[in-house]
Amino acid sequence: MDLHQILSGIDVRADWIGLRYVKENTGFRLVRDGKPESNTRESKQGVMVEVLVNGQFAYYGTSRLDKPGIQAAAERAVKIATAASQYSLHSFGVDARPVAKGIYNSPFQTAAAAFSPGELSELLIKATAELKVSDKVVTTNAMARTVETESHFVASNGSDVEQKYLMVSADYSAIAHEGSVTQKRTDGGLLAKSYQAGMEVFNEADVLARCRNIGAEAVELLTAEECPTGTMDLVLAPDQMMLQIHESVGHALEIDRILGDERNYAGWSFVRLEDFGKLQYGSPLMNITFDPYVENQFASYAYDDGGLKAEKEFLIKDGLLIRGLGGKESQLRSGINGVANFRASSWNRAPIDRMANLNLEPGSSTQDEMIASVEKGVYMTSNRSWSIDDYRNKFQFGCEYGKLIENGKLTKTVKNPNYRAISNPFWRSLKMLGNEETFEVYGTPFCGKGEPNQIIRVGHASPLCLFDSVEIFGGA
Amino acid sequence: MEKLFKQINQTIMAELQEGECLGLGFGGEQSTFTRINAAKVRQIGNVDEADLSFNLIFDGRRSTGSISLSGDLEEDLGRARGEFERLRAEVVQLPEDPYLVLPESKETSHSEKHGKIPDAENIPEILLPAMGKVDLTGIWASGRVYQGSANSAGGYHWFASDSFSLDYSLITPSEKMVKATYAGTEWDQTAYETFLADSINKLELMSLEPKKIEPGDYRTFIAAAGVSDVLSMFSWGGVSEAAIRQSESCLGKMRNEKVKLSSLFTFSEDFSSGFSPRFNGNGEVAPEKTILIDGGELTNTLVSTRTAKEYGVESNFAAEGEGMRAPSMAAGSLKESDILEALGTGVYLSNLHYLNWSDMIGGRITGMTRYACFWVENGKIVAPIENMRFDDSIYSFLGENLEAVTEKLQINPDVGTYDGRELSAIVCPGILLKSFSLTL
Repeated sequence: MDLHQILSGIDVRADWIGLRYVKENTGFRLVRDGKPESNTRESKQGVMVEVLVNGQFAYYGTSRLDKPGIQAAAERAVKIATAASQYSLHSFGVDARPVAKGIYNSPFQTAAAAFSPGELSELLIKATAELKVSDKVVTTNAMARTVETESHFVASNGSDVEQKYLMVSADYSAIAHEGSVTQKRTDGGLLAKSYQAGMEVFNEADVLARCRNIGAEAVELLTAEECPTGTMDLVLAPDQMMLQIHESVGHALEIDRILGDERNYAGWSFVRLEDFGKLQYGSPLMNITFDPYVENQFASYAYDDGGLKAEKEFLIKDGLLIRGLGGKESQLRSGINGVANFRASSWNRAPIDRMANLNLEPGSSTQDEMIASVEKGVYMTSNRSWSIDDYRNKFQFGCEYGKLIENGKLTKTVKNPNYRAISNPFWRSLKMLGNEETFEVYGTPFCGKGEPNQIIRVGHASPLCLFDSVEIFGGA
Repeated sequence: MEKLFKQINQTIMAELQEGECLGLGFGGEQSTFTRINAAKVRQIGNVDEADLSFNLIFDGRRSTGSISLSGDLEEDLGRARGEFERLRAEVVQLPEDPYLVLPESKETSHSEKHGKIPDAENIPEILLPAMGKVDLTGIWASGRVYQGSANSAGGYHWFASDSFSLDYSLITPSEKMVKATYAGTEWDQTAYETFLADSINKLELMSLEPKKIEPGDYRTFIAAAGVSDVLSMFSWGGVSEAAIRQSESCLGKMRNEKVKLSSLFTFSEDFSSGFSPRFNGNGEVAPEKTILIDGGELTNTLVSTRTAKEYGVESNFAAEGEGMRAPSMAAGSLKESDILEALGTGVYLSNLHYLNWSDMIGGRITGMTRYACFWVENGKIVAPIENMRFDDSIYSFLGENLEAVTEKLQINPDVGTYDGRELSAIVCPGILLKSFSLTL
């Protein structure tokens, strides 16, 4: 469809009008115990028509893609914006939608079409066979998810941005059971291996080797001791740090939350506007960046859905909070420096402040140095449980797999490892940070937020981290 | 919309070839959303969308897909044919599926519920003036939602419903909050303003000096809104027969070790309220009521026909994921007027937040208290409490520690909009607990 032609033909009285066309094909294949459970593809397309009238934005998302349909949507949006402008929370100008021109394409080696449905199914069947390392493994799952997205944004101020993405997620899991004990192991947490990449992610030798390890660790957990209870050192693997960064840093720094937009749903934030430039968020080792250009990271892009160009920025520098996660609208409302993170989950939702690639920069310690420094503690990997309060303060997270650390050495495997803490004191207790060699990149397709609700993809990368004196405990 | 679905259904079904079985699903909505912050309009707009889903079975294999529909018949027939050809090309490449469910249901049903819903451009002026100077944040969602199902055996179902909801939080200057949802199908301005005024009055209780309580075990009352959050966890690693069989359910102990919950706890899938349609994606119609936990004993699970085939049990026509579509907990005998006296000294929790299994197999749930939660002494509300984390097992708080259940049931509409506007509601009472574990 020719969005420029449609835009030029729209006849409405608005201060600004934008059209954002999105087409997304999501393929999902799941094999359980060697049998196909799901082979599906969801194909969605539509246009988000957005107008600015009297300082108020209004939108009309429609799956009708012809000129009359989009003209009708624009007329309705203008009518709604005009009526709502008497009650606006904030009166915006056209500067809320900067002029943007550019393109973006996901990096990948092997196109999605290079793997036939039969070939991918065959690999997933082999994966479940590898996961079943013994009769104690009672359930095996192998899943592959591919997302191909095209987005084209044009606006009356000359914006013209085309972005194409190829995103691949995979997960392999084994449930082991013996007596009254059941344990599950996945590939770093559910779909944590989510990347902007191609089908090279499904390298058979790599996949099958990982599956054998996952199955073996599920069985190992059956006879493992319960994670001990007490206050001690905590070493978190990068796949758990993904969740830790997401919940206790990312959401807390979203400026629309701080401004109260989410108070009826996801919640508020312990961070206040006056904290920027002043709040010591974590220890001096803590450097958090918004980085839309990490190779293959899941939420990379060139422009957000408001047209702001994406750049790498430090949000927390040497532990000090300096910048928020807010797009142009939030920056205008709050006066706080932000980033290009005004994003919508698809054509049928208006953009809001979202995380994208939010990373903890690596430090200088080796893994051996970090473990050697711990007299008594627990190493935890792969998230399995997460919950945090509406201010992003009191959290409790659980992992699939743990190891005791005793007198500077990793010793016994422990099951059901959990920990709980409060965000600021926890980050201030960060006492060692792994180097580049411990740095790993992850992502998830499932970050929920917003009213109406939106699920969006995010990326998080982190080195290994050591936290001092954390409340740790085991299972039921 | 039904005309469009019928025409596509007739056309595509007429093109089936020998050996092909097909199920078609339709989902759509014409919705208005108004996002409110500080009793002002933050974001406002409409969404019109419709999707057509396909379930193609051929030669012991199955492939599924869905496409967006535009509303124009010729355009949509072209898209539907394109998707059908893609599925035909794919299905022959897939491995055989031993648990295939052929669409065999020939049942039909038709339900159209028309309401009185305000026009999108009128919503700010009918909602906002009544809020006055109160700090209100929330979401208005309204309009028509459609669901349809058809299959090559001749089954056909259609469900359409108008509805509105205003889900909101009221916030005091000291950041204490009260939560409420005004929902229905017939807009009544006077009833709305009365409902809003009533919830604004509740804010007064929140102006008391908050009390900080220490982690520990407390006598606790959880109001119906909080109970609905707990019950929604049973759709995730709970009442699914497949989840129990695959060792991914909190109820495995009830099945395998004959552990029981309290005799006061009875929990059902009950469509009698009419909020959500009884037909599933295969066009199968579930019983109006299936008791899952009866007096603390696991008596049934949700069983899809696919699961039934795999494990040799009887289907009760659950949806494919075996999540609950119409959860309902039975009432007890505790009168509303007696709740505080029965609680005595402890905590009163109006709402819970961000629940997750901290140990699914052990039945342990963690989450937060939220909104209007109070410290109660000798049957009287003393002060709001600061939000606390809880971490406790259903085998404890719905087991030996469940002391009483209220006689009044509350309808808790699902205002979720992730995959479009939800149609369901959870019907449940409040619960009084001898002990509940607050941990942080």
